[in-house]
Amino acid sequence: MTVNSLAEKLKLEPVCCPDPEKEVCGVYIGDLLSWVMGRAKAGDAWLTIMSNVNIVAVAALAETALIILAEGVTVDEKITETAQAKGVNIFTSQKPAYETAVEISKLI
Amino acid sequence: MGEPLVFTYNVDGGDFTSAGQASVMVKKNLNQIGFSPEVIRRVSIAMYEGEINMVIHADGGVATVKVDDNCIEIVLADKGPGIADVEKAMQEGFSTAPDEVRGLGFGAGMGLPNMKRYTDEMSIDSTVGVGTTITMKVNY
Repeated sequence: MTVNSLAEKLKLEPVCCPDPEKEVCGVYIGDLLSWVMGRAKAGDAWLTIMSNVNIVAVAALAETALIILAEGVTVDEKITETAQAKGVNIFTSQKPAYETAVEISKLI
Repeated sequence: MGEPLVFTYNVDGGDFTSAGQASVMVKKNLNQIGFSPEVIRRVSIAMYEGEINMVIHADGGVATVKVDDNCIEIVLADKGPGIADVEKAMQEGFSTAPDEVRGLGFGAGMGLPNMKRYTDEMSIDSTVGVGTTITMKVNY
């Protein structure tokens, strides 16, 4: 399933979506960046509450399909700009990471 | 391939917002050369972890990436405090990073283990008070 259709089905709020056709293949939940880089797979939806600028680099390098900021977490305008430039998709969900992950697992 | 391609990057110390620039640049360069996504992912993650370590512990350093006939070699050299116990530093979860770094999501003691995980060869040459040079190779 593409990032675009996943976001639509889960009613995720877009922060930025420069690469909407990227395929979502799995889920990884985590806030410690090195854990994410060590364990997340390319194409995972990465669910986190971490919202500093380093998440953009981590998502770009680990090649996750999108970042979903759980529990309504928001990011600065500057992070949005960086993500847009690096082709990193970011969305916000009002739900906790677990609930979002369960919903994704039913869709992919 | 004849002469190996070499990319050199300066990693600024103490700047977490720009950390990752060298890795992202390497990713772009390797992509242009036509490496497989998995090789690029391994090289750029290993390098990012190294960059972050140099920012946290060593006030920056120099990263060199060499594209050889059958492997990509990454050398990260810094003039930081050195690693007192390399074996301990390689253990998952062991970290000497300060609290403010942990607040950013780093310092989980996974950096060096991840570098080893994503590369085929890794060696650490470190002298306390002098600096650290880490050499990693990813075969392709």
